[in-house]
Amino acid sequence: MTGRDGMVESLIYTKPVSLTERATHYCPGCTHGISHRLVAEVIDEMGRRETTIGVAPVGCSVFAYDYFNMDFAEAAHGRAPAMATGLKRVSPDRLVFTYQGDGDLASIGAAEILHAAGRGENITVIFINNAIYGMTGGQMAPTTLPGQKTTSTPSGRDIEMHGFPLKMCEILSQMDGAAYIVRRSLHDVAHIRKAKKAIRQAFEVQEQGIGFSMVELLSSCPTNWGISAQEALTWVEEHMVPAFPLGDYKVHASINAGKKG
Amino acid sequence: MASGYIEIDEELCKGCELCTTVCPKDLLEMALDRFTPKGYHPAELVDPEGACTGCAICSVICPDAAITVYRFVPAEKAGVS
Repeated sequence: MTGRDGMVESLIYTKPVSLTERATHYCPGCTHGISHRLVAEVIDEMGRRETTIGVAPVGCSVFAYDYFNMDFAEAAHGRAPAMATGLKRVSPDRLVFTYQGDGDLASIGAAEILHAAGRGENITVIFINNAIYGMTGGQMAPTTLPGQKTTSTPSGRDIEMHGFPLKMCEILSQMDGAAYIVRRSLHDVAHIRKAKKAIRQAFEVQEQGIGFSMVELLSSCPTNWGISAQEALTWVEEHMVPAFPLGDYKVHASINAGKKG
Repeated sequence: MASGYIEIDEELCKGCELCTTVCPKDLLEMALDRFTPKGYHPAELVDPEGACTGCAICSVICPDAAITVYRFVPAEKAGVS
């Protein structure tokens, strides 16, 4: 269609083909939607939609297989890295990724993620850290911040009683098998763009067979935090980023030098 | 100055308002006169003066991939992007 004088309209952005047309069940403003979109955009850009297999977790993103327009499997709670291990070993030409929340990855699935990283499985993990159990109603998660109120810590997480949050990037970066371990945040547009670059890098690490890659994404849960979508993003920036510092925790020497995520 | 416009898929928009907080031209508002099929007030572009540049920042923060962005480009460049 011709617009103004001598000008024609050009499509700048539309929903990625790697997402289905289906509307998600996520709450308004939930950053799961942003994470899904970024992964889908990267897979579109890499031209790998028909050669990618995702593994969905248990948690709010349990229905991720309905939203990604590609092959998907559903793992038992926390066992996505184990399932991804099998898929990747049987089909090494496929891009295999897991999409896991903090309850799934850092609690019941802690053993699976540690051993997958330790073995250096050539898979990519998208780790959504929103410091709470979303699906079950906002209970304390392994990543809940000290003092943070949840439905199971109504007066705030007490470190004397409940211990300290787990920092998965810091832990996994110690693994010899890990190739690319980074933490990004989704609290504003600039950080969302950086997160997308990291996701692209992680998938490229897998394509090149360098080893285990994980991108942790600091995310929001407006509903269970009891605040608006915008306030939730501000809370991520003001509370989560200081507790979970952003950065590259492990970048294998063979990953193209000078290319910053 | 670049010129463009956006379309918001009201089947997908959940009225989270995040796009309204990031538009550099402050052109996005909640349409309080209607509801989406899911029962939310959708966001809408209010741009009587054609100020939208098609920068696509709104689409970067949209959790529901509900925003499609168009930009007007010179005819000779069409098809390049």
